[in-house]
Amino acid sequence: MPRIIQNGAIVDDPRTPFRLPEGASPETVALPAGLTLLPLAVWLARRDDVLALGAPAGVWLDSNEGPEAIAADLGRIAVVGVNFPKFTDGRGYSTARLLRDRYAYRGEIRAIGDVLHDQLFYMKRCGFDAFALRADQNVEKALTAFRTFGNAYQAAVDQPQPLFRRRAA
Amino acid sequence: MYRYDSIDQQMIDDRVAQYRDQMARHLAGELSGDDLRPLRLQNGLYIQRHGPMHRIAVPYGMLASRQLRKLAEVSRRYDRGYGHFTTRHNLQFHWPKFEETPEILAELATVQMHAIQTSGNCVRNVTTDQFAGVAPDELTDPRPWCEIIRQWSTFHPEFAFLPRKFKIAVNAAASDRAVIRAHDIGLEFVRDPSGETGDSGFRVFVGGGLGRTPILGKVVREFLPWRHLLTYLDAILRVYNRYGRRDNAFKARIKILVQALGVEEFARQVEAEWAHLADGPATLTAAEFDRVAADFAPPPYAPLPDEDLGFSAHLRDDKAFAAWVRRNVHAHKVPGYAALTLSLKKPGVPPGDITAEQMEAVADLADRYSFGEVRVSHEQNLVLADVRKSDLHTVWTLARAQGLATPTVGLLTDMICCPGGDLCSLANARSVPIADAVQQRFEDLDYLHDIGEISLNISGCMNSCGHHHVSNIGILGVDKNDEEWYQVTLGGQQGNDTTIGKVIGPSFAAEEVPDVIEALIDVYLEQRTPEERFIDTLLRIGSEPFKARAYQGRDRRKPAANDSERKVANA
Ligand code: SF4
Repeated sequence: MPRIIQNGAIVDDPRTPFRLPEGASPETVALPAGLTLLPLAVWLARRDDVLALGAPAGVWLDSNEGPEAIAADLGRIAVVGVNFPKFTDGRGYSTARLLRDRYAYRGEIRAIGDVLHDQLFYMKRCGFDAFALRADQNVEKALTAFRTFGNAYQAAVDQPQPLFRRRAA
Repeated sequence: MYRYDSIDQQMIDDRVAQYRDQMARHLAGELSGDDLRPLRLQNGLYIQRHGPMHRIAVPYGMLASRQLRKLAEVSRRYDRGYGHFTTRHNLQFHWPKFEETPEILAELATVQMHAIQTSGNCVRNVTTDQFAGVAPDELTDPRPWCEIIRQWSTFHPEFAFLPRKFKIAVNAAASDRAVIRAHDIGLEFVRDPSGETGDSGFRVFVGGGLGRTPILGKVVREFLPWRHLLTYLDAILRVYNRYGRRDNAFKARIKILVQALGVEEFARQVEAEWAHLADGPATLTAAEFDRVAADFAPPPYAPLPDEDLGFSAHLRDDKAFAAWVRRNVHAHKVPGYAALTLSLKKPGVPPGDITAEQMEAVADLADRYSFGEVRVSHEQNLVLADVRKSDLHTVWTLARAQGLATPTVGLLTDMICCPGGDLCSLANARSVPIADAVQQRFEDLDYLHDIGEISLNISGCMNSCGHHHVSNIGILGVDKNDEEWYQVTLGGQQGNDTTIGKVIGPSFAAEEVPDVIEALIDVYLEQRTPEERFIDTLLRIGSEPFKARAYQGRDRRKPAANDSERKVANA
């Protein structure tokens, strides 16, 4: 079972991103059994079927897919995956911030794809609380990445007050 | 200048520890070269033609004397005893050892210095006017704003992996000395133009940039009240981060997005995003501005008469000193004081290069004569901003002994020049030998002073680090069938009339470049009226006579259809 970091701890989690097989269509593809993360296109086409299965729903957004597409559904989605096709593609950071700040999403936001040790600190600041690291990463060691910096200048999800409003206190 | 408190210091100490760990994991084989690359770039470490290059941040050009001494020490211990100042106020070490770079950063952290975000696809060092705080024409001191932006951009969690690099410049004076319209964001400090509020803030330009597609920034907001500065920057960056192109590095700068959407639509998207952020917690407070601004309070100037008799006597009696004063000394808003430029354009030395001994000499001059501070100008010179007029002759004498008093600021040989093909792995051609050849051709000071104000900038490739687009005469290295050629542009300008120069025609061989420049100068000297600078004559008579002379007697091959495309910056 894949090991992920969830709320600062390493856990086994069966939920893996489902990728549409080559040539399959979102309208007709067989939905995977059990806990999963569905591609946005499948979710949009099959929302009612998915909810009828009864399991807590999960949807993943690719880096070119904005949270606007699922904004109205967020109350029914337990986990939003945000994919990093390459770790240098930084769109997912804005996606996570919008999910938290704009849409007040309180479910899990999980980084998936090219998720590496050295990006975790910024990801957490932007509202990610779960991390499915790339297979070659050392998950135990990665836990230390959340302590890289003792403070931060900007307002963000983990600390809504910028440093300049906290310095005096 | 800004002094770190314990939190600021902790942040750069944490950065050193992080970088040390990353390098250790890399050397242990746990972090691949590809995965390390963006991380080391955001700590200033490039891999270039001969090996690593380490770019150290000099935030908005401010250096304390002890920092300069530390740079000298580091250059001796970890490099070859010299450094190179860039057009973005930074200092580059061109010969460090890869595995020693964590030690360099640890050393620098002891004097509140770092290499944070001096490269990579993130918000880079903010730049401004080298005469900030002393220029008679300024509305306000831009440096507190620069420092506020520095803190906002440092480790910004959302914008560390943008489509491309991102540069911000601030101007707060009547004449723009920071080329703000050649930046991704240019901020011009203004009072509310409606006159209704008496409030101050910024005119916001977006989408300027040099590189292969030179474009001047366009106004996206005529007036942004100052307290909204950071939330508005967040909104611009978020729109860019989400929608900037990531499929082609040559089209990834924000200027391409602004162009594709049109500035109105781009501005509409920014405003729509900002509507959610405005008045949020990142809204600036007067208390924060005051806290930062206190560190930029004027130094304890002595009350002095504006005229100094000794100075006037030297001016009268010492021709060489007078020539230096004419070019290298600048007006100051406090009576009896002047700002001066220590030139890094000595003939025979690559523009912007400085030895460890010179760094220490400048630090000493700063301590004795200019309140212990130095600035770096984007023209790759150093500035002592607060010197008594009565000390100018002494400072000149001492600077001259160090080869720092070349009296050519603003003249033909005060070239901006990138490191080019001698060092930079992206280069199409060498640039320093061209600068050197120009220095040799135009070594006669009287002739240079007679030619007067003119700008000549040189870049070794389309990335345009040498700002050749915005100089009156621009030289660009191009590569044709593996040979070095040089394209010439005419009519570029910086300042309030910032203009992108136009290519005059097919490129020239290296040995032709000094002749071509001389031909252009000859046309000007023949045609000018007594009041005209080179650019004025060019604008009046047009570029045709210049072009005709440049190509006269030269057998031109048909230009290659496309100067070969090389790599994009960020090695
Ligand atoms: S302009 Fe080109 S050659 Fe010159 S420093 Fe920049 S990237 Fe290198």
